Amino acid sequence: MNAMNHSEFRQDIAPGETLLAVDNVTLRFGGVKAITDVSFDIRKGEVRAIIGPNGAGKTSMLNVINGFYHPQEGRITYRGQTRTKMRPHVAASQGIARTFQNVALFKGMTTLDNIMVGRTLKMRTPFFWHIFRQGPAMREEIEHRKFVEEIIEFLEIEHIRKVPVGKLPYGLQKRVELGRALAMQPELLLLDEPMAGMNLEEKEDMCRFILDTKEQYGTTIALIEHDMGVVMDLSDRVVVLEYGQKIADGTPDEVKKNQKVIDAYLGVAH
Amino acid sequence: MTANATAELDTFPKLLLRNEAVRPLRPAMRHKDLGIWREWSWADVARQVRCYALGLMAHGLQRGDKVAIIGTNRPKLYWSIMAAQSIGAIPVPVYSDAVADEMAYVLDHAEIRFACVQDQEQVDKILGVADRLPKIEIIFYDEPRGLRDYDHSRLQAIDEVIAQGAGILMSDPAAVKRLDDAIASGKGADTSVILYTSGTTGRSKGVMLSAGGCVKAATDTVEFDRLTDRDNVIAYLPLAWVGDHYLNYAQALVAGFTINCPESPETAVEDRREIGTTFAFAPPRVYESMLTRIMIRMEDAGWLKRKMFHYYLGVAKKWGEKILDGKPVPIGARLNYALGEVLVYGPLKNVLGMTTIRIAYTAGEAIGPELFSFYRSIGLNLKQLYGQTEAFLYVTVQSDGGVRADCVGPATPNVEIRIDENGEVLYKSPGQFIGYFKEPEKTAETMTEDGYVRTGDAGFFEKDGQLRIIDRAKDVGKLRSGALFAPKYLENKLKFFPNIREVVAFGQGEDFVTCFINIDLTAVGNWAERNNVSYGSYQELAGHPQVYDIIAGHVAEVNRQLSEEPMMAHAQIRRFLVLHKELDADDGELTRTQKVRRSFIADRYAPLVTALYDGSSEADISTEVTFEDGRKGVISARVRVVDARILPASTPTPARAA
Repeated sequence: MNAMNHSEFRQDIAPGETLLAVDNVTLRFGGVKAITDVSFDIRKGEVRAIIGPNGAGKTSMLNVINGFYHPQEGRITYRGQTRTKMRPHVAASQGIARTFQNVALFKGMTTLDNIMVGRTLKMRTPFFWHIFRQGPAMREEIEHRKFVEEIIEFLEIEHIRKVPVGKLPYGLQKRVELGRALAMQPELLLLDEPMAGMNLEEKEDMCRFILDTKEQYGTTIALIEHDMGVVMDLSDRVVVLEYGQKIADGTPDEVKKNQKVIDAYLGVAH
Repeated sequence: MTANATAELDTFPKLLLRNEAVRPLRPAMRHKDLGIWREWSWADVARQVRCYALGLMAHGLQRGDKVAIIGTNRPKLYWSIMAAQSIGAIPVPVYSDAVADEMAYVLDHAEIRFACVQDQEQVDKILGVADRLPKIEIIFYDEPRGLRDYDHSRLQAIDEVIAQGAGILMSDPAAVKRLDDAIASGKGADTSVILYTSGTTGRSKGVMLSAGGCVKAATDTVEFDRLTDRDNVIAYLPLAWVGDHYLNYAQALVAGFTINCPESPETAVEDRREIGTTFAFAPPRVYESMLTRIMIRMEDAGWLKRKMFHYYLGVAKKWGEKILDGKPVPIGARLNYALGEVLVYGPLKNVLGMTTIRIAYTAGEAIGPELFSFYRSIGLNLKQLYGQTEAFLYVTVQSDGGVRADCVGPATPNVEIRIDENGEVLYKSPGQFIGYFKEPEKTAETMTEDGYVRTGDAGFFEKDGQLRIIDRAKDVGKLRSGALFAPKYLENKLKFFPNIREVVAFGQGEDFVTCFINIDLTAVGNWAERNNVSYGSYQELAGHPQVYDIIAGHVAEVNRQLSEEPMMAHAQIRRFLVLHKELDADDGELTRTQKVRRSFIADRYAPLVTALYDGSSEADISTEVTFEDGRKGVISARVRVVDARILPASTPTPARAA
């Protein structure tokens, strides 16, 4: 996939350095504290898992990272810049893409069109030309189409290229959603339960796609996942939340042995 | 270009050079990549293969070395076969879906030095068993995805090899001459390819085929079907199967037509439609699933469309096959059929991607007559062939106009067929194999003393000269009278009825033929619902008198068909019963591939078999069953045994005992 043009600002952070840092973030909805004083970092090129029991604040955490929620306290530093006010589309243009826990695709549109949507932010030709699909707009569309076709091949969804996504089984829809996120050429990819509701085979496929994404596109990945086997296999580091607080952070092995984590998942005798 | 006379064109590399010279600009291959069809002309392919072969020579590949080819249908894998053959090395295509263990056996047995594979999956499989394969030196791969961080000391991209060869082509005339000499010195007697049988019966065997034989066989059928360089095929069959190597690879090189490689196995149907292939092959189940899909979609269509569809299918059923075979048909029917072509058949064939198909084949297993007629009646020239790897495919083939559903056609041009005293089909063919690789004793078992090859299938010739295959030779038995008893043949005939799911026929060494029948719960259940027949269980439905009547009707129909076949008339089913439970692999009654285990069933249901032959009208049976969760239970039942209607044979045969 040599046609990949990595965004120009991407080179300055070396693999292993901090890409995004979350410092003492607290998020409240009225009187309810969804996240309390959580700090962790995501390093360039790693797969970072966020795990925890239901209601631990995992999805809220992703929403904070991509600018959908604004924490009342604490700071988010992305690429060395501390954010003040953030909007999701700004996050997107800075290279943060995500998929959703409930698939959020345009059901009536084909797989191809859904993934093309992911290229919208990269379109440069004036809207005027796109209306007529002529000249520079056509050239640009061909370029984007080529990129999207590479993603289609990468995700092995050639056979559903022209099928409306509403007709597809759930596992494939999830794959299309990943495709759309990849079309943005994200630097940081946020996956909210990419394997929920999948059978074993689909899960294994998805694992392979996530690892290949990391290898081939050099994308940094933060994912929420309930399947512990998957998390332990895929991720380089794991952060564990419970009731909005961080209770552990480290490699899969460290986290597995952590007594607080064991208690959180299995319950404690009182 | 060294070869001029036709007599010298006895290997595939020579044919490639001929195509380069004769039709350099005709498309040789297409591959859909990133949603676009890429095309290579014969000149392009010849150049790529030349560079590839030079690259392989630089890696030390020599005449006689074995090269494994593993993956789906990709141009670069076809080039791998051609490049290896150019040097005089022997390609060994391996089933890409084989598990690592099976693959290890073949790679080891074939003494593979180099492997050309499609992607990471295949590389992983080989590396996983590498310690058992000391002879493998290097693996070449097509798709680099996922392989970046692998140790590349024994791994290289095919693109790199070709690029390397391109450099040699420019800079090293001596090497180029060595390659030209290697191609020129290839002889028809050389082993061209080793195809491993799929191994359904024991370990797979390596069938060695000679270059000259392959070319000769392919030339015969290319002439037979008048294939030209304007034809198109879609290559979706496994590379390791004789069908692909013959129908696509060999015939393409002989006729110069275009091989189209689909984007992925799942897109083959759609891709075929885009290309508009003219020559097609598919096993019966593919035709069956296409028909089922159409029928289901038609049920959702509007009232008018549905009416029109069914009306014109009726017209097609009546006249379509006659028109296809060029038989006299009244002018009114012709006009109506033509209208049907515009309204129904044309659009239908378009959806199925069959508009441009000139010749379609099916083979591999028995095809239902209804299914076969359906496609022919809408104007698809569907024919049957019979063949096997050892023959380099064709043994018999049906000609245009000489087609019937129950036979596989007369002998292919230049093939001799003989039926031995046990009913086994023997043949001699131009493409006939040299022998099994490293297994001379098995080769000897398969050959007769006068040089015929045993197929292992039993069959006989119909009066019109078409061969009819009835069963595996070892399964064919005899009644006490000495008359032929082919259980699978009877079973298949009955199983063509949707109401019948499974049949077990008995008769070996007995006076007459009897059978157990399993109803199909979906089909019969559906019937029961429509006819207000209530039932509480499978057992109750199976024993219902009306169900017995339906099944008796089916058996009578089969008997009627049998009575018209001189060889089979005596094997009509005298008595039958409907089993009270479904035969199940969990109970050991079926194999995991859903084949009946006849002798096991005969033991397990011994009282029922006795009842079939002692004339009693019912019998009690209790059998142990295994439930899905592993618990065991006992099912007891009283099963009714019924006499079936039999007809006198239409032509008396000496075999028929009084």
